[in-house]
Amino acid sequence: MTELLIKNGFVFDPINGINGEKMDIAIKNGKIVEKIHEHHGKTIDATGLTIMPGGVDIHTHVAGGEVNMGRIVRPEDHVKDVVAKTPLTRSGVGYSIPSTFVTGYRYSQMGYTTVMNPSMAPLEAKHTHEELNDIPLLDKATYPLIGDWWFVLEYLRKGDLEGCARHVAWMLETTKGYAIKIVNPGGLESWGFGRNVHSIDDEVPNFCITPREIIVGLAKVNKMLNLPHTIHLHTNNLGIPGNYATTLETMKALESVPSDGKPVGHITHLQFSSFGGDGWGNMCSAAEEISKYINAHSHMTFDMGQIIFTDTTTMTADGPFEYTLYQLSGHKWVNSDVETETSGGIIPFHYKKNNAVNATQWSIGLELALMITDPWKMFMTTDHPNGGPFFAYPKIVAWLISNKARMATLKKCHKKAQKKSLLTSINRELSLYELAIVTRAGQAKALGLKNKGHLGVGADADIAIYNINPETIDIARKYKTVRRAFGKAAYTIKDGKIVVKDGEVVQHADGRTMWVDVETTEKLQVDEEMKLKFRQYWTVEFDNYPVLDHYVKVKDPITVKASI
Amino acid sequence: MIVLTPLKKFQFPIYAECITPEFFEGKTIAELAELSVYEGNKQKKLGDIFKIEQDPAETPNITINGDVSEVRRIGIRMKKGEIVINGNAGMHLGEKMSGGKITVNGDAGGWTGSDMKGGLIEIHGNGSDYLASPYRGSSTGMRGGLIVVDGSVGADSAINMHGGVIKIKGGAGQFLGFGMDDGTIYVKAQTGTRAGACMKGGKIILAGTIEEVLPTFTIDSIKPKVKVDENETATGPFYVFLGDRAEKGTGKIFVAKANNPQLNTYEKFL
Repeated sequence: MTELLIKNGFVFDPINGINGEKMDIAIKNGKIVEKIHEHHGKTIDATGLTIMPGGVDIHTHVAGGEVNMGRIVRPEDHVKDVVAKTPLTRSGVGYSIPSTFVTGYRYSQMGYTTVMNPSMAPLEAKHTHEELNDIPLLDKATYPLIGDWWFVLEYLRKGDLEGCARHVAWMLETTKGYAIKIVNPGGLESWGFGRNVHSIDDEVPNFCITPREIIVGLAKVNKMLNLPHTIHLHTNNLGIPGNYATTLETMKALESVPSDGKPVGHITHLQFSSFGGDGWGNMCSAAEEISKYINAHSHMTFDMGQIIFTDTTTMTADGPFEYTLYQLSGHKWVNSDVETETSGGIIPFHYKKNNAVNATQWSIGLELALMITDPWKMFMTTDHPNGGPFFAYPKIVAWLISNKARMATLKKCHKKAQKKSLLTSINRELSLYELAIVTRAGQAKALGLKNKGHLGVGADADIAIYNINPETIDIARKYKTVRRAFGKAAYTIKDGKIVVKDGEVVQHADGRTMWVDVETTEKLQVDEEMKLKFRQYWTVEFDNYPVLDHYVKVKDPITVKASI
Repeated sequence: MIVLTPLKKFQFPIYAECITPEFFEGKTIAELAELSVYEGNKQKKLGDIFKIEQDPAETPNITINGDVSEVRRIGIRMKKGEIVINGNAGMHLGEKMSGGKITVNGDAGGWTGSDMKGGLIEIHGNGSDYLASPYRGSSTGMRGGLIVVDGSVGADSAINMHGGVIKIKGGAGQFLGFGMDDGTIYVKAQTGTRAGACMKGGKIILAGTIEEVLPTFTIDSIKPKVKVDENETATGPFYVFLGDRAEKGTGKIFVAKANNPQLNTYEKFL
């Protein structure tokens, strides 16, 4: 393995408290080391450049059944963004749902090295892993949807948390998953009967259980299993005006979960869960209420789900929400019934500046990111592709670091949204240090990835180098320079290999697929009763269900010891 | 005026996005010959494919003499000027055009006038399938302009039309005006079935015959005549059907009463 020395860059490594110091970084065998002999390996002269750990994306739909269905229904989305092959890279298409290879290239070009695919129906686990295998240059993992999984609902109804924990441990191993994903708990099961739940205390049909019990139960299970990430939660009533009350209720419910100082839950794409008002006519921002609560509590983490003004594709396991969106937009709609496990829906959607609701949504995302004072709690995502494609991240970077950039966009928004927007009263501008937290360090920490998101000795040599000189430019004023720099990284280094130089892919590398291997004292015994259930209610035979090891191209299991 | 003459009979599809008045404007013959086109998957120069000559006449801006039915995307995104094709034209003629005029003295290929926003396309021969229909999956088709076809057109024409006028002097295939929202289609000869399926607005005037109207349309009235555009009015009488009710649509299909006696059972619902 080659050695690599990055000399003289301005290093931003929030986990190790390094804020823009001029340092050298030494790499050996794909890991960061104390030092190497300078003449042994290659040297990158990073004078005047910004060095950060490789980007980490906690929530981005890049693989799986839904994503592929989105690709199928949107040929008109691909035709406007065709990527030709080069001697090194494969051809593909964008735009809002890029093909697997293009996904890898584009993330890497922005300096990202780790992405998390947040929604995998267990039934589609094999498909998801096949797609993840095909995404180059990135480490990745995926979260199985467990919140409406019949077995889990039954365990929780009986109050058998230990049994539930053992079952979840088995599920994570069987689907090669990384964390517990919960989408509109109870709502997806209800959607099987054309219904939904409208508060966290509504009863789920046939199961005599409420969303509150599912969320709290699984959060406790998560603790028992010592999983690296917390539960990953898409709240009830997502995307409905006035839903901030549900979000607050959910956060309060999770206060009851014993926390040893660590977070117990992650609410994803918070923007979609922070609507005020009671109808689309008077829909407004509830960022103030939400951020006030979050600033006073520390048991949860969040990500933005920022929207971008563009034509994109929404896809979520939240089938009932997609139906609402279909009624609003009249656009083509896919509803997918994933048997006993979850649901799914897809609607193309165009976010427009001159639409009051869309413009308010744009404002809510940024308000939340700026009003939540602790950057370790709130991370940058677009919930790709729901809020917009991930390669629009540089735009969000510009909005976060520069009031000027925000005002330039706000000026073009719908007048009603402009008037209501809180952005005019917020002067906060993120520094590069804070930006490194919201785009990598914070996300890696929330995910419990010990070797990612920092540049300390022993960390994976996943590094992004951007063409920004913090000594000479005022990032808030020159936000366009920063936007360009974050769009095309000067260098992206993956496991010690230079994979991107000046925004172009220069080397191919396969990323690893991570999953958690939970060691419980007593393993779940797959009994005849369970197999019988599969035979009765699933279309897939039990024996064809598990994702076996050979399905994963580059394996990186993370072993954790459960407390049960 | 630039005159283009094919140098050979084309064996592979040619993608010639450069043949538009805007692109040609102010370029010398030598510069035009250097413009890039694709023949199959090989990049070629325009001069390899066509003989390029200058003609002293001012209009039209571009004349193509010969069969260019394998040449695609002529006049793509054109905004002004005029192209005359003396021969058959290939697919995607006048795609995304927003102004100017294209005349084809021959037949035109599929997707002619796809995503068109304005301007005029005159086809003196037959059109093909997907006339004025957008790229697959797109929900917005033709938004403006006028297409006149002397002959007939194929199936799936004017899909998701959102504006503009299409006049077809011959017949049309199945699924004419599928999902249309606005605009006018006027067909003088026989039309295939399922015209106006899923339409939400706009009008389809069928002066010729049609076997049946979809059951998701309801009869509204009988009108003696209907306006096609500023310059033309079709005289009937016409049955007026409203639909597609399955999509809660308020589109109108006008069907000539005289040519379609099989539809007179609808009269009892009036």
